[in-house]
Amino acid sequence: MTSAPNSINSFRTLPDPEGHFGQFGGRFVAETLMPLILELEQAYKDAREDPAFRKEMDYFLKYYVSRPNPLYYAQGLSDHLGGAKIYFKREDLNHTGAHKINNCIGQILLAKRMGKTRIIAETGAGQHGVATATVCARFGLPCTIYMGAKDIERQSPNVFRMRLLGAEVKPVTSGSRSLKDAMNEALRDWVTNVSDTFYIIGTVAGPHPYPELVRDFQCVIGNEAKEQILDAEGRLPDELVAAVGGGSNAMGLFHPFLDDKDVAITGVEAAGHGVHTGHHAASLTAGRPGVLHGNRTYLLMDDDGQIKEADSISAGLDYPGIGPEHSWLKDIGRVNYVSITDKEALSAFTLCSEKEGIIPALECAHAIAQIIKTAPKMNKDQIVLMCLSGRGDKDIFTVAEALGVKL
Amino acid sequence: MSDAIIGGKDRIAKRFEKLRAENRAGLVTFITAGDPDPETSFEILKSLPAAGADVIELGMPFTDPMADGPAIQEASNRALAAGMHMRKTLSLVRGFRDHDHETPIILMGYYNPIYIYGVNEFLEDARNAGVDGLIVVDLPPEEDSELCIPTVEKGLSFIRLTTPTSDDKRLPKLVQNTSGFVYYVSVAGVTGAGSATNDQIIEAMARLRRHTDLPIAVGFGIKTPSQAAEVAREADAAVVGSAIVSKIAESLDENGKATDNTALVVSGLVRELADGVRNARK
Repeated sequence: MTSAPNSINSFRTLPDPEGHFGQFGGRFVAETLMPLILELEQAYKDAREDPAFRKEMDYFLKYYVSRPNPLYYAQGLSDHLGGAKIYFKREDLNHTGAHKINNCIGQILLAKRMGKTRIIAETGAGQHGVATATVCARFGLPCTIYMGAKDIERQSPNVFRMRLLGAEVKPVTSGSRSLKDAMNEALRDWVTNVSDTFYIIGTVAGPHPYPELVRDFQCVIGNEAKEQILDAEGRLPDELVAAVGGGSNAMGLFHPFLDDKDVAITGVEAAGHGVHTGHHAASLTAGRPGVLHGNRTYLLMDDDGQIKEADSISAGLDYPGIGPEHSWLKDIGRVNYVSITDKEALSAFTLCSEKEGIIPALECAHAIAQIIKTAPKMNKDQIVLMCLSGRGDKDIFTVAEALGVKL
Repeated sequence: MSDAIIGGKDRIAKRFEKLRAENRAGLVTFITAGDPDPETSFEILKSLPAAGADVIELGMPFTDPMADGPAIQEASNRALAAGMHMRKTLSLVRGFRDHDHETPIILMGYYNPIYIYGVNEFLEDARNAGVDGLIVVDLPPEEDSELCIPTVEKGLSFIRLTTPTSDDKRLPKLVQNTSGFVYYVSVAGVTGAGSATNDQIIEAMARLRRHTDLPIAVGFGIKTPSQAAEVAREADAAVVGSAIVSKIAESLDENGKATDNTALVVSGLVRELADGVRNARK
């Protein structure tokens, strides 16, 4: 299972034709969905080879999403921490305020190409829901967003945004009423509406080919960042840092750097109240391999294989699983995965706001918290590049409550 | 051990032979193991053959049953809340086999609890408990090496779900490595949702018969004795699940606990369904 990273020529060749990243990934879905997934796989292969598809994507990424977004030298935070130079990849400056739109543009164009007339999606923090509702409005397709009832309470601004954009937001009251249950409900919808519906999965998880295609659509983050850091510094960074829930912004940043062996890579999971308390979302740190939502990956579960509820102040990280490629990168040791508690993320959220004038999403506040720990121990000529995956406006109510402030 | 001799594929094959000899379709009943609690569930399980169940599907509770509708989701939740887990599910079957050596039992559910139990250990324990076959919703033929092949090698049946999306191109792959019977999911959807029309079922049966000689059981959306009878005229068996577990739900007291009625209402419904199925071809 584990082999030394040095023995592999490239970390960028997977998945295999069956959708496996080592032992992870695969296609663990109900038979009703299999023909759809095979159809999607073929459609994606064709689209990838089609220059017209690439051209259309580039057009919308440039003029609609407003890419490339900058790689920003966070001097305030760097000076404050007194160690490494910190760069932010500004995904928060995308249209809709997070990295999720990159993937949604790709998938909606794929859906159009396949002749699908209805879109469904799951959402946790609401960022993927907003991005999906946005592209559906732009391309004139009706969409239904499944969102855990618990998340609807804590992310009400995003719920309103989705409704403004014309989406139907369906509250999910089953199970733990959060992201995993929203995904169950979206799968139930899909299995019922097989002929016309395209499921836009928001992260690098789910059955093959989703982990691959979402990764490919998000790789624009890392590709741009690589070019930009070479422009700014004339060299690659010493370390990449990104938060991982399902892991799409992290995979998008990491993947183009996987074969640059001098670049250390760190993924940051949500430790919630602390990994030792059992109330967390750190599936790589504290879970084990199992099968859920179409893929084998690290999951939080009990000894009977029952899935546990995740817990994080950040709705976007509140998921008991992780994309299968992350599981593989952990096992082979190419990426180091650590975890950050709610409390640490909150401090990072306020520190970044104060030192940079940037209110970060709670998700990427976890990545900032990790940098707060490590950057001071690094030299001033070292470079840390972090994915600032989204803006924090959606989180101000949650943060106010956590800080005991009444709005 | 006598169970091993008459168990596995044989018990299912013998049951369908008997049905053919009686020139009637069978009734396959689904309940979730441990619903609403392990003791009541055992009472219900034992009562099924006398009420007219020809084959029993026993659901393995799972937290995330993504192909099931609300009725079976809630059954799973009730069972888990009552402390059900895989080892207890297997002991229910073992207990059942003390009373009944002939009615096939198929375990139905999702892969993760089996994967975590350990595939080989699970198959060994399931066979020894008197399980005859498995239906695992999230294991399509693309993942056959996970569980399907080991199951068949152990002498148990791996029963495949075929669906309205299974066309002539897909079906050969689906019936490969499968045994016991083929389960036709008559609507694209979750359990307990709408039902297929008779014409749709007739068409699907004809398509399936081109690809397999195995008996065909039809399920999803069958709620009443007359619907069961209609299916029984075309198929080798009719499967009823959500309607039965809904009866269990209705029988519970205000705290969600079993009442004296719980086992009775289930056998009452199964008796009516069995009457429908048995009289369908007369």
